[in-house]
Amino acid sequence: MAEYLIKNGFVFDPVLGIKGDKADIAIKDGKIVETTALGSPKVIDAAGKTVMAGGVDIHAHVAGPKVNIGRNFRPEDKLFGYKARSGIERMQGGFSVPTTIRTGYNYARMGYTTVMEAAMPPLYARHTHEEMRDTPILDQGAYPVFGNNWFVLEYLKNHEIENAAAYIAWLLRATKGYAVKVVNPGGTEAWGWGLNCENVHDPVPYFDITPAQIVKGLIEANEHLGLPHSMHVHANNLGNPGNYTTTLDTFKLSEGIKPNSKFGRDQVMHHTHVQFHSYGGDSWVNVESKAKEIMDYVNSHENITIDMGQVTLDETTTMTADGPFEHHLTELNHLKWANADVELETGSGVVPYVYSPNIKVCAIQWAIGLELALFAKDPMRIFITTDHPNAGPFIRYPRVIKWLMSTEAREQQFDAFKHKDKVIEATNLAGIDRELNLYEIAQMTRAGPAKALGLAHMYGGLAPGLEADVAIYDFNPNEPYAPDDIETAFLNAEHLFKTGVQVVRDHNIASNGNKRTLWVNAKVDENPQVMRDVKEKFLRYYTVTLNNYEVTGHYLPNPYVIEVDATE
Amino acid sequence: METVTLTIKNQPDLFLEADTITPDAFAGKKIEEIADLHVYVGREQHRLGDFFEISGKAGATPEETKIVVNGDLSRVKYIGMKMTAGEVVVNSNTDMYVGAWMQGGKITVNGDVDAFAGTGMKGGELIIKGNAGNYLGAAYRGDWRGMQAGKITVTGNAGSDIGTFMNGGEIVIGGDVDVHVATHAEGGRIIIKGNAKSRLGGQMVEGEIYVLGSIDLMMPGFAYREDVDVDVDGIKGRFALYEGDLGERHRKRKGQTIYAKLYQRIEA
Amino acid sequence: MTKTVTDVICPFCGTLCDDLEVVVSADNKELLEVYNACAIGAEKFLHSQAKDRLTRPRMRQEDGSWKEISYDEAIEYTAKILTDARKPLMYGWSSTNCEAQAVGSEIGELVGAVMDNTATVCHGTSLIAVQDIGIPSCTLGEVKNRADRILFWGCNPAHAHPRHMSRYSIFPRGFFTGKGHKGRKVIVIDPRPTDTANVADVHLQVEQGRDYELLNAFRVAFKGEQLPDVVAGIPKEKIYEAADLLKSGRFVIIFFGMGVTQSLGKNHNIDEAIAVTRDLNEYTKAAIMPMRGHYNVTGSGQVWGWLFGFPYAVDLSRGFARYNPGETTSNDLLRRDEVDAVFVLGSDPGAHFPFSSVKKIYNLPSVAIDPHETPTTEVCKVHVPVAFVGVEVGGCAYRMDNVPIETRKVVEPPEGMMTDEEFLRHVLARVKEIQGV
Repeated sequence: MAEYLIKNGFVFDPVLGIKGDKADIAIKDGKIVETTALGSPKVIDAAGKTVMAGGVDIHAHVAGPKVNIGRNFRPEDKLFGYKARSGIERMQGGFSVPTTIRTGYNYARMGYTTVMEAAMPPLYARHTHEEMRDTPILDQGAYPVFGNNWFVLEYLKNHEIENAAAYIAWLLRATKGYAVKVVNPGGTEAWGWGLNCENVHDPVPYFDITPAQIVKGLIEANEHLGLPHSMHVHANNLGNPGNYTTTLDTFKLSEGIKPNSKFGRDQVMHHTHVQFHSYGGDSWVNVESKAKEIMDYVNSHENITIDMGQVTLDETTTMTADGPFEHHLTELNHLKWANADVELETGSGVVPYVYSPNIKVCAIQWAIGLELALFAKDPMRIFITTDHPNAGPFIRYPRVIKWLMSTEAREQQFDAFKHKDKVIEATNLAGIDRELNLYEIAQMTRAGPAKALGLAHMYGGLAPGLEADVAIYDFNPNEPYAPDDIETAFLNAEHLFKTGVQVVRDHNIASNGNKRTLWVNAKVDENPQVMRDVKEKFLRYYTVTLNNYEVTGHYLPNPYVIEVDATE
Repeated sequence: METVTLTIKNQPDLFLEADTITPDAFAGKKIEEIADLHVYVGREQHRLGDFFEISGKAGATPEETKIVVNGDLSRVKYIGMKMTAGEVVVNSNTDMYVGAWMQGGKITVNGDVDAFAGTGMKGGELIIKGNAGNYLGAAYRGDWRGMQAGKITVTGNAGSDIGTFMNGGEIVIGGDVDVHVATHAEGGRIIIKGNAKSRLGGQMVEGEIYVLGSIDLMMPGFAYREDVDVDVDGIKGRFALYEGDLGERHRKRKGQTIYAKLYQRIEA
Repeated sequence: MTKTVTDVICPFCGTLCDDLEVVVSADNKELLEVYNACAIGAEKFLHSQAKDRLTRPRMRQEDGSWKEISYDEAIEYTAKILTDARKPLMYGWSSTNCEAQAVGSEIGELVGAVMDNTATVCHGTSLIAVQDIGIPSCTLGEVKNRADRILFWGCNPAHAHPRHMSRYSIFPRGFFTGKGHKGRKVIVIDPRPTDTANVADVHLQVEQGRDYELLNAFRVAFKGEQLPDVVAGIPKEKIYEAADLLKSGRFVIIFFGMGVTQSLGKNHNIDEAIAVTRDLNEYTKAAIMPMRGHYNVTGSGQVWGWLFGFPYAVDLSRGFARYNPGETTSNDLLRRDEVDAVFVLGSDPGAHFPFSSVKKIYNLPSVAIDPHETPTTEVCKVHVPVAFVGVEVGGCAYRMDNVPIETRKVVEPPEGMMTDEEFLRHVLARVKEIQGV
């Protein structure tokens, strides 16, 4: 395999602790190696350029049934923005919900190499895998959802952690999934009847278990198994003024629990798109930022990681397994609403949304996301996301980076708000003059997410032995630059290597790569009760047979299995 | 105003996609450059000059540019698409998407147009001396923002699905219309001087429809209110006012619900 | 000796039953018996064993007779007509697996084709409605486990989806529906007294072509507003009663079919039905689901969705995807002479399209990929028989509620026969050669 030597770049690598010094990065046989291990490498001159590991996205909705609902029900999302096929690039369409081809290419153009699909309904897992298979270049995995699953609700009501763990292991294998995802715990099952769970103590109709029990039980089951990633949660009450108390209640469920993982993570809970969960006030009139209170907690509790869910002020498409929230949203903005409840497992909703700078609430949301990152004490525990496409399309990550790195850029955005003064009153951002540097950005987009995923042995850094996922940006941090230069540079990497293959060359896609799909195979002791429960529910309540449920073989053309031994 | 004249000299085997026939594409260009603009037949790219004789002179800006198109244009699509200013005169029947997404300027068609004329119109004037096909002044598929502003005038008849998701502007039809007028509309005005069939104002939130002729079947969601005198855009007379769609959502202003209004003429 | 293959998925209709049992000979070459399928499904499996089945491609001769040709010759012909054409139509895709649909998409991209599937004459109008108003929906298991108000509008599952009512919608005892059909109320809205209407608690015989008006009346009734005495042939008392019956349920599901997708108004009918469902969610839980016909038309829509962003009528001729039913739909393209070659796979436009369109196919370079002799194959220049998906080759298919299920191979295809996917891969390779890609 080809050898490469990336010379003289300004390297930002939290794994090696390099904070912008000039360093050479060596690639051989798909891995980063010591420069001394090279024979006759191709030399990439990175002088004056920024070099980082490939980006790692811990949470984006890029593959699966609700994403495809978003595509198929929004022809207007494709109008006039389509890119024609050319050379090795297939055609690419869609602004807020890109086609799988565009997803792969656009992430690669931003220097990202690993993207995790945030929510996979188990009954539809085959669909998620088909889409991931057709997403070029990126290594991917998907998180099956557990927080409204009938097996989980019944086991955790009686605190049967081992049974829950055995079921989780079985489901991860059946769906080829990566981690335990929880969305609006209990609330989406309630939505099967048009109801919801609005706080962590609100019991689920019939199943009579609370969201608090669900979250706590799944954390315990996750640690019992010692999975690479922690439980990954989207708490109840998303998007409602005053919801920060529900968020803190949810955070507190992780107290006292230590991570049990051989994969290097330090957290037992990852809470996603926290921006949507950081609201004070009690109505849209007096909604305000509680990012400070939220970050006070996160900063003082090391067993939690979060990601931003930054609003980008675009017309976008919201899509989530929080079915009741989407119904609530369509009642607010009267735009088209798709809903898909899934037997025994979960649900979802999809609604277009326009985050306008002329609307006070949208501007407040924008500020809150940035505050979370700027209040953070440990950039290794807070990650840059837009909950794509919910708060904005992922192609805005470079814009988010620009806002985080430049008070000037933030001021420019404030000046564009129709209700600037009211926004400033309701938030903290205008008073923050912290500007993140590229090292911190690398922590929030590479090393941090990789570690939280339990994948620090593969991604997120440039230490020898790691996968040769390397991005070179045409950005010189030591020369004067305008804030927009940051966005331009990070939107269009000059070069990108994925597993040692050059996939972006001179700003162009150079290869469709050889993507891998990661999944976790957790071995547990035989559990006849769980297997009996599984057989029974398939016989009586599911509409597919047990033998037709598991996702097998060719849906993952290039699988990468992470083995976990959770036997006693 | 400078004028460029195009006369079709070769018919396409399939259809000719001529979205470059706009004042915006021609402005500031020499005739040779205009002749080099791209047109498409299926997946084959051709030059405008391969299909049209081109003479005259383009203006420096779209505003100062007039285009006259002659010959049988019934297999030419997209004339005037997205134009922002200037004038286009089409001296024949023509195909789909005339003036689609136009923002300003004026298009006159001395003939019929096929479907999707004035799709997503944002402004300007579209005059059709013959008949119009389906989806006149309608929104593009999936877009809740239909016609925003501007005026479409049809001398003859029009097809189905006029003004879907209309938000503003005006459509005037001289003759009869087919089913589904102003479906999902939230504003704007549609005047039908001839007869209408059914499904007028289905799911309509707000806006106005005026019908001078007959209506085969009124939507159950439109309720008769009262007779009123109307004097609007040259239309005068005594009309029966219906409000609806009663099955749809409506906003309130000062405690009063704002309905869509359908006026049907009783006497001249 | 024989063996029984269980959990077999039926490759006929959108109900996509996956509990069939098929008995095959020990050497896997003969299919002997089918259990649990409806009559249509059983025949789908059994007729694959017909002794007079075509197993090799054939080409129409000058004198109108058929002559057998090799697969290589068929591949050559197909690749040629696609690459020669300026705007070929690649239609069908509904009776094949997703793997074939994906390869077909790659070919379409290279040759600038219009990709269209059977939704174009069926539920395409539903897809248009979803694009305008969305769709509150669910999986069939939600219906089985929760639904107590079932409304069939413009469809007749007793005939078209025979096991639907017993597997999902009326008879099963689910988790919250232990009383089975006794705990459910069924409404049928159909101008005809159908077999489905026979098992309904309420049958509203709507005036033909006036479903949009009746749906509007339901929405007016929900809001408590006044209705005219009669709407669409139904007295207003019956409308108010039906509206109350729906509102009083715990979980309403509306199933609909071509009675509303292809009658006057088409997508508007579905749009208003979805609006009715939306409105019902203010009072109770409600969902709506199209009764998809072919067993994998849904899959075709999904594959094109994630590759191109549109579920049918996808025009790739300019190198990027465009979509607008009325322009990019097959019958409009044929009617207007806007395409210059026709490729059909896994469907029968010869039977389902207006005859004026079929005449156009006859006059164009055309090829049909289908195991059967059909009205379509009879008007095409080349006919390529292939193995039956779900019988002789597996592959993914999507059910009417979008649930993807992997179909099985239960028996070997006749000696030397290709599958859709194999044929398409050869065509793709030849197209690339011709284009120098």
